Amino acid sequence: MKKLTCNVDIKHLTRVEGHGNIKITIQDGKVAEARWEVVETPRFFEAMLVGKHYENAPYICGRICGICSIGHTLASIRTVENCFGMEPSTQTAKLRLLLKHMETLQSHILHVYFLAAPDFLGVGSVLPLTQSHPDVVQRALRLKLLANDICDEVGGRRLHPTRTVVGGFTMLPDKYRMQQFKSRLKTCLPDLTDSAELFKSFAFPDFTRETEFVSLKGVNDYPFIGGDLISTDGVNKKEHEYRTMSNEYMDEYSTSKLSKLSRQSLAVGALARFNNNHVHLEKMAKDVATMLGLTPVNHNPFMNNVAQLVECVHVVLDAIRLIDEILSTEYQAERQPVTPRAGVGVGAVEVPRGILYHCLEFDGDGRIIKGDCVIPTSQNHANIFHDIEELAVFCVEHGKTDRETELLAEMLVRAYDPCISCSVH
Amino acid sequence: MDEKRTFLGVDVVKPRVGFFELSSCEGCQLQLLNNEATLLDFLSMVEVVNFREGMTEKSDAYDIAFVEGSITRKDEEERLLAIRRNATLVVALGSCACFGGVNQLKNRFNDLEWVKKEVYGDHPIDTQETKPLSAIIDVDLEIYGCPIKKEEVETIVTNLILGKAINHPKYPICMECKARENICLFDLGEPCLGPVTRAGCDAWCPSNRLGCWGCRGPAPAANMAQFLEICKAKDIPMERIMDRLECFGGFQQSVEQLRTKEGSKP
Repeated sequence: MKKLTCNVDIKHLTRVEGHGNIKITIQDGKVAEARWEVVETPRFFEAMLVGKHYENAPYICGRICGICSIGHTLASIRTVENCFGMEPSTQTAKLRLLLKHMETLQSHILHVYFLAAPDFLGVGSVLPLTQSHPDVVQRALRLKLLANDICDEVGGRRLHPTRTVVGGFTMLPDKYRMQQFKSRLKTCLPDLTDSAELFKSFAFPDFTRETEFVSLKGVNDYPFIGGDLISTDGVNKKEHEYRTMSNEYMDEYSTSKLSKLSRQSLAVGALARFNNNHVHLEKMAKDVATMLGLTPVNHNPFMNNVAQLVECVHVVLDAIRLIDEILSTEYQAERQPVTPRAGVGVGAVEVPRGILYHCLEFDGDGRIIKGDCVIPTSQNHANIFHDIEELAVFCVEHGKTDRETELLAEMLVRAYDPCISCSVH
Repeated sequence: MDEKRTFLGVDVVKPRVGFFELSSCEGCQLQLLNNEATLLDFLSMVEVVNFREGMTEKSDAYDIAFVEGSITRKDEEERLLAIRRNATLVVALGSCACFGGVNQLKNRFNDLEWVKKEVYGDHPIDTQETKPLSAIIDVDLEIYGCPIKKEEVETIVTNLILGKAINHPKYPICMECKARENICLFDLGEPCLGPVTRAGCDAWCPSNRLGCWGCRGPAPAANMAQFLEICKAKDIPMERIMDRLECFGGFQQSVEQLRTKEGSKP
């Protein structure tokens, strides 16, 4: 076999959120260099928060990310409420979970259809698909629109929500419209089945690299907001011990911090949640996983795309249940009073790209002394880095061409659905 | 979709557009994808030739550049200057591009070394004071908001293509809020910058019972002195007003004046 020589140098990878570079150099069949670089500019959110009153925290932190602003807002609210010793009402908890579910749905659909699918269909973006696969694009838009419409109704706005505040909501959703959303959710189930059929036609690269998966730990259900932390290597921690789970460090190739736990890297996200909590998925979601060959514990990073679709099915079914429960009870007060107290609060929330931790320290007047945000993509960076190294070796072994190596490397990073500006924040 | 279009008998050209982001959450670009019902119509008006977040193909031959985000590092200044050279029209998209946005909150400490240390400790990291696009280049058009409102962008882009004038409202959000017959947030004891912030969002936040945080910057017709009188009469603490005024950078002048007057620290 001819000795492979290959040079991949991608500056600002496309179809991902934020700015990252991929460099792979293969000389005479040996990997000389294989690297994932994060070059995003830092915005210093933790510093911005210092001295600010607690009500600023969710409002400012939500702006860390345009795609998962709802997740950041909810994590920040949970952090403040945990510090002040507040327990959300059942009604508030249900509405927050419903909002969270719809963010998960819109974000996953955006990723699998608009960012990932073009690679599997051999095009450079979703634009040509509007001509070649109009039904597929319409289906994706329909699902995303539904999720965003519900976010508007519950959170006030699909991006940088307005109604979500410490203590509850500024306004409650209209029950008549909630009834309509329930019908739309039911009628979108065939769209998800069709999505699974489409995924079945995709050739997911047969690449694995064993790693450690970290997520919230489900007790009675598939977890999204708060609770204990777990890893597939057997680590169990409490929410407030998040620092011993994320172990942030810095390195020269990244403006984002990185994380590790029991090994050189860890992974968070839909695949991590699936690997740790698959028993708590709705039956139809489990069936989709089985149909697409996803079984726990799966170590193929490309299968994160499939895990995202599986979660879409789960959150739609759970959203229907939540709306039923919300509709069957009289509305209580939308917002409870807030009494600040000094201390430290931690909030862990499963956002689309994985587990997110916020931590805030307050003085007795409710002003922030110190802030810390640990972002899912920053926890994934080291894993992506080591995957790229392993993928380079994989490409040598399989005699891949420059273009094939480049495409596989791009698809690998995209599979994580990285939110790079968020990871640097 | 590619057929020739006309408006009142005049040919409508399909401009080549590019979308770019500097330091930001990329939420404003996402908003463009977030109006699913009209997205395909919107895309049919333009030819998207550069949109890194959404497509692999790239071209530097664009007529209109939409730039999101603020400038916080030297390489961003260079990218922005190159965009300016390539584009006929540069549009600042969203509060970060127009005023610095939330990113400029780090400027208030006047101590970049402390800011860097607070987040990265002793690890070396490159940053500079947050600046809006207009600090580096001439900006042809500003679209305000955090996030931008898609309906407003659609109107503005349609007008651009048809060669119609683009006029931002001079009156404040209070006007839109009153027209929507909302309960006044001051009556609920909530601070709201609606009386002084530029309209155009149709009172997005106040209609969801969240007081305005001023993301669109000051209305040309705003009466700041009278606004501060209202806040005083309603017993709204000055700190809560300042939090909102300084959040997005649009009210920078008022913030500086008030700080001097109050002698208060950031």
